[in-house]
Amino acid sequence: MSETGLPGNTLAVAEEASQPQTGRRRMLLNMGPQHPSTHGVLRLQLELDGETIVTCRPDIGYLHTGIEKEFEVKTYQQAVTLTDRVDYLAPLSNNLGWALAVEKLLQIEIPPQAQWMRVMLTELTRLNSHLVWLGTHAIDIGAMSVFLYCFREREDILRIFEMFSGQRMMTSYFRIGGLALEPPRGWQKRVKAFIDVFPSRVDEYENLLSNNPIWLGRTKGVGRISLEDMLDWGVTGPMLRGAGLKIDTRKDQPYTSYEKFDFEVPTKTENDVYARYQIRIEEMRQSSRIIRQALEGMPAGPWKADAPHVVLPDREKMKTQMEALIYHFKIVTEGFRVPEGEVFQVIESPRGELGYYVVSDGTTNAYRVHMRTPSFGNLQATSTMVEGTLIADVIAAIGSMDFVLGDTDR
Amino acid sequence: MLPDNLRERAVAAAVEAFDGDAIQGGKYEREELTLDIAPAKIASVCGFLKYDQKFIRLSTVTAVDRYPAEPRFEVVYHLHSIERNERLRLKARISGAQPEIETVTTVWRGANWYEREVFDLFGIRFTGHPDLRRIMMPDDWEGYPLRKDYPITGTRV
Repeated sequence: MSETGLPGNTLAVAEEASQPQTGRRRMLLNMGPQHPSTHGVLRLQLELDGETIVTCRPDIGYLHTGIEKEFEVKTYQQAVTLTDRVDYLAPLSNNLGWALAVEKLLQIEIPPQAQWMRVMLTELTRLNSHLVWLGTHAIDIGAMSVFLYCFREREDILRIFEMFSGQRMMTSYFRIGGLALEPPRGWQKRVKAFIDVFPSRVDEYENLLSNNPIWLGRTKGVGRISLEDMLDWGVTGPMLRGAGLKIDTRKDQPYTSYEKFDFEVPTKTENDVYARYQIRIEEMRQSSRIIRQALEGMPAGPWKADAPHVVLPDREKMKTQMEALIYHFKIVTEGFRVPEGEVFQVIESPRGELGYYVVSDGTTNAYRVHMRTPSFGNLQATSTMVEGTLIADVIAAIGSMDFVLGDTDR
Repeated sequence: MLPDNLRERAVAAAVEAFDGDAIQGGKYEREELTLDIAPAKIASVCGFLKYDQKFIRLSTVTAVDRYPAEPRFEVVYHLHSIERNERLRLKARISGAQPEIETVTTVWRGANWYEREVFDLFGIRFTGHPDLRRIMMPDDWEGYPLRKDYPITGTRV
């Protein structure tokens, strides 16, 4: 800690800032960590010359919870619950990344119904995440009512999650080897009811925003950053697609049978906040296409893998078969052993590239888990993005990154 | 030395042709290629991979603590080439007595925070890093939480 009680190089910046260089005094402004538009606990140290930003230093770590350390003392199946809490706006994407990584180490086959169900629910998660983004981003910029519309649809999605898993947010529904529970009776009706109206709801958001002069004024031409800079800083996801790069792990390195679905990867070349908004709107339409395909073509069959040493046996079998009871006891008391090795499983989360690096030493706990989270990489580009622009645009610019601090700090 | 079974992998062969001493080993498992790179050569190999082999993205930098084995730390780099649609893992093994390795921020600016995180949580120093300070933990924190000899629980405050 420095003498000011503020961590890091704050003091150095303040001294530097107080030196008159252009004949005017520069001002040091701390935006956050409790600023509402930083969506959590991000702190930006801004050095201002009038209203222009000279330097911007993002300061993260306020939400660091040591999740990667926690992974080392949980069994593989227990650790699913940790992944929910990393990116709490897209819990199922994180469940999926973790499950796929461990399944790759175990080399077990997941039955088609479970795969399609995973696709459908991760796409619902993408909608959920984009809706929160759109609502809060609009509030930041000053359009209050959009939030209420977005949260109306989000509520429907959360109710679907609750129907499947019993939980609205921390679902933990994807387990290693398949799903946590059998899909509930009547889920098709609920999902169909939602997906029938959702595209018209997206039109509604667009009616509110796409031609709104205030929205256009606040977002067009704002938050520009070159594609080269973004790739260099490690930015991924809709930000890159907003700069014209057609990149999407679902297409490039398909997982969970995404190759069987028909969808487009939208791109824009304007590379500003408005383009990123358009990308996410279009992604919502594409996701609802995927959900409809999953709903209509859902294969029948088992929803968990045929791997008795990993997947808990059916209740009925436990009462009639000795082996099932033994497996149940073993899995619950000590977990299952995973062969030695390492994998880096990448999926496309709503925010960009989400990678799970899992190192196994052959025991029931992971030896080391590292999460390559999209928010962490995206946030690094903040300085390049906002330096030289006006302070009023910072809110729009960082909002367009769609970061989650739980995802950044882990 | 590059293991014989990896010679057919274009990237592995290219790195060996670039600098034969840089590769200390490697493996191809579960459809993922790993190359063990001599720690002293890491920045030059990364530069070669980025500018010559089109691995323009650094996905992440992290570390694994093999305590009490020596060399204790593995610094792990995940690279991604959009053009080749390939991923590559590099590993550099460094000693626990003096955990130090050259920075790759000279190749990708985005390595900045990743290396700071590894420094913060493992205590590995990256020489030549422009801004090497803690990122997750408070500045006055003692110890490196992700090391294997760091306890998982602490005393009650």
